[in-house]
Amino acid sequence: MAVLLLAEINGGELSADQTGKAVTAAKSLGDVTVLCASAGCADAAAAAAKLDGVAAVLCADDAAYGNGLAEPIADLIVSLAGDFDHIVAPATSNGKNILPRVAALLDVMVISDVTGIVSADTFERPIYAGNAVQTVQSADAKKVISIRTSGFDAAAETGSASVTSVDAAGDPGLSSWVEDKVQASDRPELTSAKVIVSGGRGVGSEENFAIIEQLADKLGAAVGASRAAVDSGFAPNDWQVGQTGKVVAPELYIAIGISGAIQHLAGMKDSKVIVAINKDEEAPIFQVADYGLVADLFDAVPALNDALG
Amino acid sequence: MKVLVPVKRVIDYNVKVRVKADGGGVDLANVKMSMNPFDEIAVEEAIRLKEAGVVSEIVAVSIGVKQNQETLRTALAMGADRAILVIAAEDVHTDIEPLAVAKLLKAIAEEEEPGLILLGKQAIDNDMNATGQMLSALLGWSQATFASELAVEGDSATVTREVDGGLQTIKVTMPAIVTVDLRLNEPRYASLPNIMKAKRKPLDEKTPADYGVDVAPRLTITKTAEPSGRAAGVIVADVAELVAKLKDEAGVI
Repeated sequence: MAVLLLAEINGGELSADQTGKAVTAAKSLGDVTVLCASAGCADAAAAAAKLDGVAAVLCADDAAYGNGLAEPIADLIVSLAGDFDHIVAPATSNGKNILPRVAALLDVMVISDVTGIVSADTFERPIYAGNAVQTVQSADAKKVISIRTSGFDAAAETGSASVTSVDAAGDPGLSSWVEDKVQASDRPELTSAKVIVSGGRGVGSEENFAIIEQLADKLGAAVGASRAAVDSGFAPNDWQVGQTGKVVAPELYIAIGISGAIQHLAGMKDSKVIVAINKDEEAPIFQVADYGLVADLFDAVPALNDALG
Repeated sequence: MKVLVPVKRVIDYNVKVRVKADGGGVDLANVKMSMNPFDEIAVEEAIRLKEAGVVSEIVAVSIGVKQNQETLRTALAMGADRAILVIAAEDVHTDIEPLAVAKLLKAIAEEEEPGLILLGKQAIDNDMNATGQMLSALLGWSQATFASELAVEGDSATVTREVDGGLQTIKVTMPAIVTVDLRLNEPRYASLPNIMKAKRKPLDEKTPADYGVDVAPRLTITKTAEPSGRAAGVIVADVAELVAKLKDEAGVI
């Protein structure tokens, strides 16, 4: 059994965290070949070759792959698919954009957001915003699956797989990249952070989010937000934690002014330790929190900031 | 330009999901069902494009059970012009897989020849996030997923997408598939006069056989279980106690 795993690459740089966690999940299925598709993919390929559990790396270097457009990358994967039984990617926005397209081109059913691999054809995945876990068995010849990475360990970087160049598969020219608006930040990435401080509707405004950010910086944490906070314009969309945002599982998750709607819990309930600060003692977030503090966040958060020295 | 908007009938997003004790799925008998919230956003966007003079006709499509008529009537009451219902199952618990849905939608698109197909990015029941991408692949059309802004300009459209790193803007050639995210718009409520008017709008009923599509599932659901629970912890009195617990008990700071 052989696995083709699409590496997570943004701006030419490999996400060793997302790619490595997907490798950890996929290596029980067989030898893992990582595909790096990018404009100038040598650096990403070299980084992927170091990930533990990677048997080989394929490097597809073409301008068409530089911005993650689904059509050319899906065509590339299909052109390579013949040798593989499983086609895997981390369930990032890239993976979710590309893999269903690959599956349809191969006439197989995609299996999204896999949280557990039971056997070569049987997988566990959350449904109904995490309110149920479904076990599905695929009858398709090839399995196309995206991995929800939060439940898998990062891969160590002690490997030394070989890197081979592969031909680009052409660009159907259906879409073109215009621009990326990515916020530069010195904070850790949400999906790989050990500590996350998240704010919700209770924070009240974009300006008030500064106290969330201060606490995050003191803890060396990433900043998250609930959907309500993002919808209200307090925080950018890429901070959203939840079923339709990012799914995270840090060592410590501090939820501030977050009521704990089901779709938010779906994105963070696998965190190791959860702290909730909310003035409403009835808030559902307290039902999943290890430590709850019923208090006005505008008193408690600065006090916590001070107490941490 | 004609727009096709596929809509799915799902459990209402306010209803608490109950997993059947025998592991045989989620209980949908006598449960309130509604239009998938992401699909409502797609319908709303189609209506706004029509109000802006970009779109001439909105065709809503639903695939599932006979009761999906209600979902389509909602789309018609919001402002869709006509509807197509493909009855592909008798039991409300039968979920037609995205691949089969995409094949049916491809056949419908070839008949209707829309310039744009707007879909919700995922359905809140199976959370598969696949139908739009699969349809795009089968039609060989351009694909823009997770849209938070959409501007149609003649033979192309500019779409801003919500991605992990922030926002990405791409330009797609028409005809195009666009799947919509939460922040594209806020769907309107249908007014009572429009609900009455919707009852007289055309709604065609079809079957998968009419389109020569096999909807047999590729995935067998062997088990559906409750997620592992998480017990509530303790309420601390103040910030000092919280810091002490995090340091000494949990050891995370």
